[in-house]
Amino acid sequence: MFDFLEGYDLLGAFWVTVKLAVYSGLGSLIWGTLLAGMRVSPVPLMRGFGTAYVNVVRNIPLTIIIVFTSLGLFQTLGVSLGAEDFKDVNFRLAVLGLTLYTAAFVCEALRSGINTVPVGQAEAARALGLSFTQVLRLVILPQAFRSVVNPLANVLIALTKNTTVAAAIGVVEAANLMKTMIEAEAQLLLISAVFAFGFICLTLPTGLILGWVSKKVAVKR
Amino acid sequence: MTSVLYDAQGPRAKQRNILYTVLFLVVLAAVVWWVYDSLNAKHQLDWIKWEPFFSSSQPWETYLWPGLQETLKAASLALVIALPLGALFGIGRLSDHRWVRIPSGAVVEFFRAIPVLILMITANAAYSEYTDISSEMRPLYAVVTGLVLYNASVLAEIVRAGILSLPRGQTDAAKAIGMRKGQTMRHVLLPQSVTAMLPAIVSQIVVIVKDTALGGAVLTFSELLASVRPMSANYGANTIACFTVIAVIYIALNFTLTSFASWLEGRLRRGKKSTGAVLGPGTVEAAGGTAPISVSGDFKSGAGGGGI
Repeated sequence: MFDFLEGYDLLGAFWVTVKLAVYSGLGSLIWGTLLAGMRVSPVPLMRGFGTAYVNVVRNIPLTIIIVFTSLGLFQTLGVSLGAEDFKDVNFRLAVLGLTLYTAAFVCEALRSGINTVPVGQAEAARALGLSFTQVLRLVILPQAFRSVVNPLANVLIALTKNTTVAAAIGVVEAANLMKTMIEAEAQLLLISAVFAFGFICLTLPTGLILGWVSKKVAVKR
Repeated sequence: MTSVLYDAQGPRAKQRNILYTVLFLVVLAAVVWWVYDSLNAKHQLDWIKWEPFFSSSQPWETYLWPGLQETLKAASLALVIALPLGALFGIGRLSDHRWVRIPSGAVVEFFRAIPVLILMITANAAYSEYTDISSEMRPLYAVVTGLVLYNASVLAEIVRAGILSLPRGQTDAAKAIGMRKGQTMRHVLLPQSVTAMLPAIVSQIVVIVKDTALGGAVLTFSELLASVRPMSANYGANTIACFTVIAVIYIALNFTLTSFASWLEGRLRRGKKSTGAVLGPGTVEAAGGTAPISVSGDFKSGAGGGGI
């Protein structure tokens, strides 16, 4: 029944999907944290930049960003991110695009986490004479981190699903392989079912585990 | 300005802020200069590449407006079909009957866990194999089908969360005056929850509009993004200019919708007539995992990932 799978690197394609998700997940966590820092900073210029970045990037389709990294950055401006091989170039460009896009959502998740901490907590800490770093380290961040697990898990799941957009610039990940297989084999529904199952295997456990973690660490108010 | 993080600033903090502002300006200026320089080196900023968009209406009439029409057509078709389907499955998940609740939950969780691109590719191949839809209409059908399947399941979650966000007293009062379950849903719960979930629905429209671009990139659907290649070929390889114009159109469209959603949310929250239950744009993303609302469904997993 499943002999149509022979000759295709199914696991390899899903491995590329996982690699895309992990690299751009880490990248967007770093860039998103920097952006969130800017959005809550006391410096008006940084706040303005963070707000503008989030509003612009959130409202552009991811597809346009990914296609732009290939057509605009690579083919027009010659940005190849230090890769020699054509395959590597596309992979790195996809990671770049996914990172820039997802960072806006990571930033919003982190900011909403900080906003869940009641102002009274910080005021009480300041009244006790704690310094800015102490307030941050002892009172605010411990609470903010806990309430941010669930939104971040949602961003990670959405990112995993969004990696399929990299198929638009020829990265051989799951959706790309699926398109090739559908064109070559006469097993449409079975092929789709296999790939759907693959994505459910990636997203469902992430949601279950991180949902459980966020319930464990949630602050009871 | 006071916030959780910092208090109203004194003279030393103000001086430090000025220092940070200057440092940030320097970094920002360096980045802007680098972008300008690399664009200029490839002659992408030459006026001749930008001029077609300003001096003549031809690129708008030939490429951009038809592309935007296709985008809006696909998005509105998807929304119109997905809304009733979503309402059906959302109410189905709240049913008292196990044989309605479990299948609805399974369908919703299944389509929420799969990338919309996979659904579109499958729909495209299925239409070409099993139906005789003409090949120029097929991309539209495939895009709309993919969007409907995915967004109906997200909307189902919105509807469910909207109904659950109403105070319990509403159901109890309806029961007390002798309404049946169907009557309670039709006359009491649905009308109130529609206003509660409006902001969340509007922000889901943004997701639908953004996802139509997938069809242009992968399925030869002639929407806004797909007009980049013919346009830049026609006006002298002005790729950067084309992308900028298209991005600006998308930002204008979606920013209007996003602002409308948050305005609506603020208005509903302040309103005195409602029960006070409002579903903000981000609420439902959380509904899958650690539900802030207690849900009687059998599927609490949630691999949806919200509207990104």
